[in-house]
Order: sequence, then C-alpha cells, then structure tokens
Amino acid sequence: MERSPATSNLSQVKHIILVLSGKGGVGKSTVSTELALSLVELGKKVGVLDIDLTGPSIPRMFGLDGQQVHQASTGWIPVYADETKRLAVMSLGFLLQNKDDAVVWRGPKKTAMIKQFLEDVAWGELDYLLIDTPPGTSDEHISVAENLRQYNPDGAVVVTTPQAVSLADVRKELNFCRKVKIPVLGVVENMSGFVCPHCAECSDLFSKGGGEAMAEEFKVDFLGRVPIDPTLTTLIEAEGGSFVNRFTQSSLYPIFQKITEKVTDKCESSS
Amino acid sequence: MAPRNEDVPENAPEHCPGTGSDQAGKAASCAGCPNQAACATGPKGPDPAIPLINERMSSVKHKVLVLSGKGGVGKSTFTTNLAFALSMDESIQVGIMDIDITGPSMPRMTGLDGETIHQSNSGWSPVYVSDNLGVMSVGFMLENPDDAVIWRGPKKNGIIKQFLKDVDWGQLDFLVVDTPPGTSDEHLSAVQYLKEAGIDGAVIITTPQEMSLQDVRKEINFCKKTKIPIIGVVENMSGFVCPGCKKESVIFAPNTGGARRMAEEVGVPFLGSIPLDPRIGKSCDLGESFLDLYPDSPAHTAYLSVIEKIKAYVAAQA
Repeated sequence: MERSPATSNLSQVKHIILVLSGKGGVGKSTVSTELALSLVELGKKVGVLDIDLTGPSIPRMFGLDGQQVHQASTGWIPVYADETKRLAVMSLGFLLQNKDDAVVWRGPKKTAMIKQFLEDVAWGELDYLLIDTPPGTSDEHISVAENLRQYNPDGAVVVTTPQAVSLADVRKELNFCRKVKIPVLGVVENMSGFVCPHCAECSDLFSKGGGEAMAEEFKVDFLGRVPIDPTLTTLIEAEGGSFVNRFTQSSLYPIFQKITEKVTDKCESSS
Repeated sequence: MAPRNEDVPENAPEHCPGTGSDQAGKAASCAGCPNQAACATGPKGPDPAIPLINERMSSVKHKVLVLSGKGGVGKSTFTTNLAFALSMDESIQVGIMDIDITGPSMPRMTGLDGETIHQSNSGWSPVYVSDNLGVMSVGFMLENPDDAVIWRGPKKNGIIKQFLKDVDWGQLDFLVVDTPPGTSDEHLSAVQYLKEAGIDGAVIITTPQEMSLQDVRKEINFCKKTKIPIIGVVENMSGFVCPGCKKESVIFAPNTGGARRMAEEVGVPFLGSIPLDPRIGKSCDLGESFLDLYPDSPAHTAYLSVIEKIKAYVAAQA
C-alpha cells in the first residue's frame, strides 16, 4: 500500500541529496561521509542511507562496523554515529550476521530492500538525508528515483575522478539524471592530484581537470576538486575513536567546507 | 525424474522435489510451502539457451573471469593488460567480453571507441584490436557513447546470455570476462550460463585498503558459494613512486595487512602487487597497450609476473 508523503517516515526530512557516479571506486562513499560530517559541523541533523547493497562501505566509514539496527513501532531505528544523535546512518551492512557474507541478490530483491529502506526507517526530523549509491545506472538507481519522486529530492552530487575512463561512465550518469529528472547539484572531482610527501611535487595519478571540463560541457556546477590524501584512509581506519571525531583534523576538511556551503546554498535557496 | 539436490532451497520443506523438477509445486510435500504457486507456474527445466551457449563455448579453450566486489580498483585495466599480454604471442587467440552493462570501459581501454558490432549469419562479430584480439561490449551498441544504459536485472541478464550465445568468437585460446563491481545479476548470470561450459577460474582484483578488502571478501565468498575456482588475488594501486624524487609513497594504506594477508586468511593464492603508475591510467584513456609502451615501469614487471602465474594456472588445468 502506498503511504502518502504526509504520513511517511520521510515527511520530516527537509532535504534529500543523492550521491551518484557511473563509475565505482571514485569516492562516492567518502564524499557522502565527508559531506555528512561537514553538515553536522554546521549544526544540521543529518541522515546517511547506504543503498549499495552488495558492497556497503558506509558502516566502516563511520566506524560503525558490527552495529545492529533495532526495530521500534515506528520502523527501523537507524544507527547513530555520535552521542548527540545528530548523525543517523542506515546500511545493509548493519543487517548482516557476518560482515564478510556476500549479498548475492538479483534486481527484484534489491528493489524491495530499497523500498523498505525508504519507507521503514524512522529517521525522525532531519535537515539532510544523503543517499549513497552503488556504481551504475541500474536497479538501485531506478528504484530510488521512482520511490523518491513524491518527495521531490533536492538533487544529486555527482562524483568522478579526472581520467577519461571514469568520465565516460559519469557522463552516462548525468544523462541518467536528465532522463529521470533529478536535478544535478554539481560535480565533485575526487582523487585530483597527489602531493608527494617527500618532495612536495604534485603528481596527477589519474590526470587532472576532466571533471571541471565535463561539468562545463553539461552545464552543471563544478563543486570542487579534492586531492588524494593518503592520511585519509589512516584517519578512517585507525583503531580507537572514530573518523567522526577526527574529521576536522583532516586536510580535506576545509575543501569540504566549501563544497558543503555550495550544496546547502543551493538546497536552502530553492526551498 | 530424481530430485536434483542443487535445486532444493535450504529452507524448503522435507522431500522438496527441487525447483527445477517437473514435480515442482505438485508433489505431496509441496502442500503448504509458501513458494508452491511460484514453483507450479515457473518455467521448468534448464534454460534452453544453455546448450547453445555450450556449443559456442566449445571452441573456447580457457575462460577466465576478472572479479572484484569493489568498483574502480582496476578490473578493466587488468583485463585489458592481461589480454594485451596474452595476445603478444600471435599464435594465441584472445577474446575480451565486457559484461559491465551500465559502465562499459572496454571500448575505450582497447582503443575501439566508436566502433560498432557487425552481424553475420554466424552471429555477432566481435570488434578486433588486432588479428588475434577481439572485444565484445555493450559500448559498441550505443548510438551515442554518453547514452545511459538504464536497465534493470532481467534485461542485463538477457544481453549477457546473448553475448555468450550469439557472439561468433571463432577458435579462442582465452576468453577474459570483465565484470562490474558487486555480486548481483551480471555475476550470477555469467556463472549460471557458463557453469556447464566450465570456467577455468576467477582473478580477484583489490586495492590495499580495508575499505576495498571488505567488499572483496564478499566476492570471495560469492565464488565459494557458486563454486568458481579462484586463481588468485591481485593487489592493484599498491604504492606510488614519485617521478620527481623516486621515493615511494603509500596512497591507499594497507592498514589491515593488505591483500596478501587477506588472501592468507581466506586461503586463496596471492598473485602479486602492482604499483600505481600514472602512465597506466594514461594508456587506458588513450586505448594503448601499457605493457608495449613502457617496459621500464616497475608496474610492467609486476604485471608480467602476475600474468605468468595466471598462464601457469590455466596450463595446469588443461
């Protein structure tokens, strides 16, 4: 049975943002995480929904490996990543008994799960809901676009790396957004350059500038360029404490502050 | 027909005849099973395409899958370099089949952007890089390379079936199958359709950090569940040598011991580590063979050593 937008669990969510990329491993989950943490720093209440069902990365990003989801009368209670409950997280990773279990599901089962994630999670009041997606333009993306239509999502942040092979897939994703009429908030160029810690020479591991040129060509905004920071994986994966508390020490924090500002400006001026 | 064990779901009632049996949904033990209706009305027996696939694949000696749970770790780059390396020997016929339907990278990486597939009465002809290296990809079927392929599972399965059934590869020594990330429709279909024809094994690609390894463990479990032999794990993007000062840096830190330790833990062979070299990405963007152009790179040696191990594995199978 379809529930009307007024009574559903998403009705108290002010802004919905999708994080998309045609290509895998370009940093969708990393960008989702950093956007979420920057929004929390701005005093927002944020939810992160991970719909990458066969490769959920969000639990580990927030240091929440092994956490469980609880059930309440209002629905599934998301896992909170901080003490003040300003950052709620939901992922299939929380539903697995063993984190190495493979989720070998075909399309229809994935579609049903996403529908449940969108309808049954008791987010409560949220300023922003970020939806982290798997690569491609298939079941997960079609389902999320269809199910969100009634909630008018604010738009999509599209992540790419600078090399042509990645851009080729991301162009498809931009065309996907056009087709399903999801506005594009802008493009983030990730892994753009690496500064050698020994001699400070900047090497372009995956070339440079491609994301900006593509954004121009498709007439969408360019949100910023994020360099490779090898300390980032260390910050995320270090034992003890969590990335949530360490994020502001990261050299990428100032870059994400700017990106977040552009995103919030767009979302909040249109509402 | 005797019950076939592989058709009996784990949580089925006792004496379940198996979902593929002609008694499915009709046997006495089916009464009360929640899936009775599905079994009674579903199509029976093996997929009629499978004998056709087996016939096509009978002229292909070795089939190797390139897999990874994680995206962007270098599956397609590895596939390309493996195929280029194998095809250096002109007497060896090599084919690449790209089953990443929504993000096909093969046309660009092999320098075949903009080519189209031709049809003849013996089937679809692959696009050839050289006399002994053919490529098949959804990328060749798009009118505009930027078109999004917005397909749900069943449609993706259909095209994979067609790739296996209708492509006229001719005699092949190696068919290398490049896959999308994850463990879903494309993977299940490829494995299911190739089961009878036989898969030599899977090469699993990962990057060194735990974020990628955790998805790759899932992929290894997938291989174990579907009984695909694992040739081994390759660690890609491990370390980077600065062209300025020649010192090595870690880009994706192997905080949990990297792929070598993961491979040991799950008991699969470790094939080697390939360092990052910006020239690898550049040759992929331009569709050139990295191994031909830059024999001085440390990644060159690493690639060849991994490829030798794969060749040895496959030769031992025959």
